[in-house]
Amino acid sequence: MDAVIKVENLTHTYSVGTPFEKTAVHGVNVEFRPGELVAVIGHTGSGKSTFMQHLNGLLAPTSGTVYCEGQDIFASKEATRDVRFKVGLVFQYPEYQLFEETVYKDIAFGPKNMKLSEREIDERVREAAGFVGVGEELFERSPLELSGGQKRRIAIAGVIAMRPRVLILDEPTAGLDPGGCEGVISNILRYRRETGSTVLLVTHSMDDAARIADRLVVFHEGRIAMDGTPSEVFSRPTELTAMGLDVPQAAAIAQALRERGAKLPGSIYTLAQLKDAVTALKKGVSAGA
Amino acid sequence: MSTIIKTENLHFTYEGDELETLHGVDLEIEEGSFVAILGHNGSGKSTLSKLFNGILLPTEGRVLVDGVDTTHEDKLLEVRRTVGLVFQNPDNQIVANVVEDDVAFAPENLGVEPAEIRRRVDSALKTVGMYEYRMHAPHLLSGGQKQRVAIAGVLAMQPRCIVLDEPTAMLDPIGRREVVSTVTRLCREEGITVVLITHHMSECVGADRLIVMSEGRVVADGTPRSVFSQVELLRSEGLDVPATTEFIYELDGEGWDLPLEALTVDECADAIMAALG
Amino acid sequence: MLKDITLGQYFPGDTIVHRLDPRTKILVVIIFIVALFLAVDWISYAVMFLITAMCIKLSSIRLKSLMKGLKPLVFIILLTGILNLFYTKEGTVLLDWWIFTVTTGGIKRAFLMVVRIMLLVCGTLLLTYTTSPLALTDGLEMLLNPLKKIKVPVHEMSMMMSMALRFIPTLIEETDKIMSAQKARGADFSTGKLTERAKALLPLLVPLFVSSFRRADELAVAMESRCYHGGEGRTRMKTLKMAPRDWLCFLFWALVLGGMIAMNVYGI
Repeated sequence: MDAVIKVENLTHTYSVGTPFEKTAVHGVNVEFRPGELVAVIGHTGSGKSTFMQHLNGLLAPTSGTVYCEGQDIFASKEATRDVRFKVGLVFQYPEYQLFEETVYKDIAFGPKNMKLSEREIDERVREAAGFVGVGEELFERSPLELSGGQKRRIAIAGVIAMRPRVLILDEPTAGLDPGGCEGVISNILRYRRETGSTVLLVTHSMDDAARIADRLVVFHEGRIAMDGTPSEVFSRPTELTAMGLDVPQAAAIAQALRERGAKLPGSIYTLAQLKDAVTALKKGVSAGA
Repeated sequence: MSTIIKTENLHFTYEGDELETLHGVDLEIEEGSFVAILGHNGSGKSTLSKLFNGILLPTEGRVLVDGVDTTHEDKLLEVRRTVGLVFQNPDNQIVANVVEDDVAFAPENLGVEPAEIRRRVDSALKTVGMYEYRMHAPHLLSGGQKQRVAIAGVLAMQPRCIVLDEPTAMLDPIGRREVVSTVTRLCREEGITVVLITHHMSECVGADRLIVMSEGRVVADGTPRSVFSQVELLRSEGLDVPATTEFIYELDGEGWDLPLEALTVDECADAIMAALG
Repeated sequence: MLKDITLGQYFPGDTIVHRLDPRTKILVVIIFIVALFLAVDWISYAVMFLITAMCIKLSSIRLKSLMKGLKPLVFIILLTGILNLFYTKEGTVLLDWWIFTVTTGGIKRAFLMVVRIMLLVCGTLLLTYTTSPLALTDGLEMLLNPLKKIKVPVHEMSMMMSMALRFIPTLIEETDKIMSAQKARGADFSTGKLTERAKALLPLLVPLFVSSFRRADELAVAMESRCYHGGEGRTRMKTLKMAPRDWLCFLFWALVLGGMIAMNVYGI
């Protein structure tokens, strides 16, 4: 299948020509296919946030090209504006961007900027609110008086309401308690299942990445250091640790078992996989005895 | 060991709220211990932290800091100097444009002699490993570094207890590790009582005692091992359990007989190997 | 990007001008302004010009930075020059056309006025360029201390000023972030009529206000937790101390001021 986003040789340098000049992204080449759920990983300052802001045209590359559905998004002003709606970007702590008097109006802000008809806006607001589990009883409430978790979901709905082909979320669970995290993650999974959109999830949580992503892209020092399926990436724990990243807990336990002489298969990174492997070991032991 | 913070039948209702936030909390925090408080958002754990140093005052019951009631107005500075607070957002607690000036803020407020302030500032910055950054502008530091500056700012009061209210919620994993290892060291090496409020299980593992709050009440209280082994209770409170505990719990559900107290990765692996024979 | 704006025009350095006590510098700038207004003829202007040039040299501030500071004032400087040129009727008439009369006196006066304003601006710029905002606030607070007796909230005012300085970079960063977030939802801040543009700012201003209030709230609690209870009984880690160089500086400027007064009175 054709790539929905294709990035060629992307470099971004901040404050060119000043003493503060700093290259945040170095010649990155990557493609994202329709319907993929990709976890983008890297610690703060690895360049992943700068990279992400190119995908919807918020930042212009110092050099290199970004294609969305085959079109160079920086070819013209119109193309750059257009891509905002095709590639939805949810920033970190998005609840701080809520500003309208009512929840409904805030979710409608994006579709309104797309100059859609009233009817279509209404349809999209209801659909987006449904995806994040915001009921109609909240529509006329002020977003500012709701709880942190609710605000977060409304802000995400505000981007989903534009029906982007690609949804990018920058640490959507940061600062939420475990219950809130779980809620947001399941909202995203459902949205992806029902719309078939591409989802890029920037996250620090290796356990989340291991659990839900099809593919992991690891940024390190402005470059893509690893790109592959979870089992490919998590089979290189030493490199991950060297980059200041964690490995999923399940992979860590599996590693500890191997060190103690247990014979486990190579690619274990979720608790479910680990459970199967350990159960198989036990059966082997009792059969042998 | 003596008690540094004691709450007696502590109730609290925010002004203008109909519902009570805390419904009778009785706690004693032992001096020199490392206590973690766990709870989901809205469980009352942040409110509790502000009651510990007299920022909020009880609507019923009382809070004693080193034996002093926090409602004693003329002893308020003493209470705040004894129990220092560090908050979630590092940006909103740094008051000065230069790291060392910020750390000096509290002792300046307490009217400490300039030479002594200098000494305290230097020693506090060295303790948190930020001495090399003393002339930097705080807004150019990383989240973990800012939070360490905030801790130094509290240390400069020479408190006997530091209460940290979700200090890692806004940090990345590296920043989180920086902060947790810093406060652990403060407790173990400097003998300062640490009360760490969090919703990250992994940060509680090294604590002496773990308290779980829910709906304004204490629902579990004990060593991390004994609390984490109550998997069902934690889950019903919307909290995670560490992956190790969860894994053992699930294996036990399938007929294994592993100790739920195995908390670290190594302990977990040892327990499984022992069961495999 | 908003982040690229250089804020607070302080250029750190370690020259004698940088090392002077902020109180000295503030008072000297006042003396400098008075002396400048006492200057009446070519000689006194030349003296003031030379002294300013010497101060600039001592401070190692680059002329380019001073020019940048003068730039926003070009219009006012030119206007003053033009007004003085046409409205002074002294000396020989050089040009008389319609309502415009240019006299030798006019030229002299226009020239001196322009030089005066430029020197004035350079002098004050030198103060802000060589003194950190915090030192400046501290200096002002100490100088205004006597006003506390008549219940002027000097400490509170200076605390507010330093807080504002502390939060400017934070708020700029935040503005940048909110702007990007709204742009990602299709907000347009740069095109449209004036009324449309003003309306387009709401998605930026509302979140900014909300977050500023939240910050102020949290900051107040954090300050109280660190035992802040107003200026009473407060000490400072860095106490300002007058060094011999400060007294020498004052002596020098007293001489300059005396000289200017003498020139004015006796018309040397």
